[in-house]
Amino acid sequence: MMQEEDLLQVAADWKRAGREVALATVTATWGSSPRQPGSQLVVDQEGRMLGSISGGCVEGAVVREAIEVMADGKPRLLDFGVTNEQAWEVGLACGGKLQIFVERVE
Amino acid sequence: MKLSLIDQLADLAAARQPAALVTHLATGAQTIFTPETADDAVAAAIADDRSGELEIDGRRCFVLVRNPPARIIVVGAVHITQALAPMAQLAGYEVIIVDPRGAFATAERFPGVTLSQDWPDEALEKLKPDTRSAVITLTHDPKLDDPALTVALRSQAFYIGALGSKKTHASRVERLRAAGFADAEIARIHGPAGLDIGAKSPAEIALSVLAQLTAARRQKPTSR
Repeated sequence: MMQEEDLLQVAADWKRAGREVALATVTATWGSSPRQPGSQLVVDQEGRMLGSISGGCVEGAVVREAIEVMADGKPRLLDFGVTNEQAWEVGLACGGKLQIFVERVE
Repeated sequence: MKLSLIDQLADLAAARQPAALVTHLATGAQTIFTPETADDAVAAAIADDRSGELEIDGRRCFVLVRNPPARIIVVGAVHITQALAPMAQLAGYEVIIVDPRGAFATAERFPGVTLSQDWPDEALEKLKPDTRSAVITLTHDPKLDDPALTVALRSQAFYIGALGSKKTHASRVERLRAAGFADAEIARIHGPAGLDIGAKSPAEIALSVLAQLTAARRQKPTSR
């Protein structure tokens, strides 16, 4: 099948292979946004990632947060958008906003 | 997220059981629901195939909907099917091809596709088309198409399409009427299958059928 990979399964496989793993999930979007709620990104402690949560705009920032989540185990809800300071740093060129939940796989 | 929850979701997916993972966003607490165990709002999200935020008991939650992949069951391993199968896979469907004629449904002609050489009605009774399944008959042969349509019409398939000219379809309608189907039931069949885009080649016909099926799935109310 050419369907999208099951990223939850990828997360479980990585975790069982002994890697630290965090999962980022798009929970809400406003305006123009390339990925729908439910889109996911799997990240490990080396910053390796699979999946996508935007058109490549916020992945870098989310990987940094994900590594912190792996360390302290506290889930985080991240906001990205034009009204957020991070937007300047990260750059959502589309002008959309999105919210991402990041959690540790354990 | 606990590995045990991922395993539980994988088991549900293997059983083609729709499910949702509900996360309380403030704490990260998670619960899995099926349509049977979910409250109305979560059950509606599952039915609409729509992940998103919901307020449950005054708490902000995220509902991750996990539905089995939608399926297209094609009866007739013909030339159009060779174009339709890869297109449908690209669009995210699981494709199953049914053709009891051994020379047609071969892995060589259809690499990477599930093939059944059962008689169409038997094949469909085993596959049990649900609300996430489409059934398309492409053989032009009533001996093969009609038994498949008979099972499809008694199912909840979201799309039923039958290839053939208007004349072929008119005689098909007559046969199904004689078999006891009401006009309203028979009207579920898109026949001749496909949007009218002037399609000529097998690939263009496949495109027109896939477009019509997409409209049936994504547009409300269902367009014909």
